[in-house]
Amino acid sequence: MSQATLRIQKISGHAGPVPGQGMQREEQVCKLVDTTTCIGCKACEVACQEWNDLPFAQTSFDNTYQTMPSTAWNFWNLIKFNEHPKEDGGFMWLMRKDQCMHCAEPGCLKACPADGAIVQYSNGIVDFQQDHCIGCGYCITGCPFDIPKFNPATKKVYKCTLCSNRVSQGLEPACIKACPTGCLHFGSKDDMKDLAEKRTMQLRQHYGFENAGVYDPPGVGGTGVIYVLHDITHPEAYGGLPANPSIPWVVKLWKTPLKILGNLAMLGGLIGVTLHYLRFGPKVVEETKNNGEKRP
Amino acid sequence: MSSGMPTDAPAPGHSHERILRYRFAERVMHWIAGLSYVYLLMTGLAFWSPYLFWLADLTGGGPIARFWHPWVGLGWCVAMLWMYAAWRGDMRATEADRAWAKHLGDYIRNQDENLPPIGRFNVGQKQFFWIMLYSGLALLLSGVALWLVNDIPWNWRWLRYTAVLVHAVAALLTIGAFILHVYMGTAMVRGGFTSIIRGEVTGAWARMHHRLWYEQMKSAAEK
Repeated sequence: MSQATLRIQKISGHAGPVPGQGMQREEQVCKLVDTTTCIGCKACEVACQEWNDLPFAQTSFDNTYQTMPSTAWNFWNLIKFNEHPKEDGGFMWLMRKDQCMHCAEPGCLKACPADGAIVQYSNGIVDFQQDHCIGCGYCITGCPFDIPKFNPATKKVYKCTLCSNRVSQGLEPACIKACPTGCLHFGSKDDMKDLAEKRTMQLRQHYGFENAGVYDPPGVGGTGVIYVLHDITHPEAYGGLPANPSIPWVVKLWKTPLKILGNLAMLGGLIGVTLHYLRFGPKVVEETKNNGEKRP
Repeated sequence: MSSGMPTDAPAPGHSHERILRYRFAERVMHWIAGLSYVYLLMTGLAFWSPYLFWLADLTGGGPIARFWHPWVGLGWCVAMLWMYAAWRGDMRATEADRAWAKHLGDYIRNQDENLPPIGRFNVGQKQFFWIMLYSGLALLLSGVALWLVNDIPWNWRWLRYTAVLVHAVAALLTIGAFILHVYMGTAMVRGGFTSIIRGEVTGAWARMHHRLWYEQMKSAAEK
């Protein structure tokens, strides 16, 4: 897609400055998913497949309302279903629209070694550029949400683009457009946070969900997809939403301190052997008749 | 494998005395390992730092480098395995090594006349061998995990985390060893580079650097 209408603010595997960074005022965009009004109709799943023109993925039936176990390279938007037992002996159905969270601090981008294979636009969308992807799968290692998926045929990794090609034209993402209950909203991050807070207050005050809250995890700098949950204290109940996601510490260690230390060590080694040669020079065997005996 | 023999036989101690230090198969395996290591180093460094990603362009572009890196890595491992089978006996630490190691400072300062005699390989060469071998094993195991991009389930993600860390640390160890090895084999120890290409060293070279091995070769030749 054209990058002209979306300014880039972060580039994976990139040396030097980011062209165009800070050249445009652009609002952070955000998708709000209100799990309390989702009915699991999966219109968003279909709209995603349609708009992105993805070949249909094999569905599987596991006695629940879930289309397949997890998202796939050709299935970026999945309603995660959980039959959740309540304390009073009843149960409730939890439906959560699972997709890329568009983290402010994306672990995929941090882990990616290929220049320009993952970019973050100044509106917050994290987008994979498959023509620069080398298929190493490090983004899968960096993601705390199990989102990037590898296609063995193309050897590239795919995920939700937040419909960057629609958003750049002033349209809302396809999933938002298809939602019949109004559980999906799209707008600026500030507006969506505001709307989410109002909704949780409503849930707490009028519907008896005392633990209702907004999921916008600070461990990844906040996300471009936020959830309203009935119970913010147990996000895992919503199809394995991590309670406190962050970039894996191993990835942080590998990409910053280890890299600095390793580069210094390599440089130190090269400088060290050069200095040794300048100071002590080579070991030359004197091919004389004393023939390796102790030198005079 | 101490299979060297004086090849053309001038008088012992004569400066034209030639001794076979590395058999043809040893040289071939060394260079399979060496050249594949250079390729692995270039492509690996490309994936290591954005400032070195241009190395991937030199090796055919990112996806091509990504495709060949694991296969070349397997080739390197095979050569390493062969060298392990061939050299493990010669690479064990000996009493002579312990005496020699105390004079490491003399070796570094090129005061070789103070060094006690040593066998076919000195302590540094042996350590290089074992660092490469064990790092190679770590690189192989972590590399296989990294290779299975699509086959490690989410619940096993600790394996991905372990693999990226182990692969990087082990690679850095080999790079440190490699820098020293190339420096010493080419610039510092004159005669070393030609010995791993054509296999031969002079008698004087063998006496100076590997006295015990030299004497062993001589007595083997006299029998």
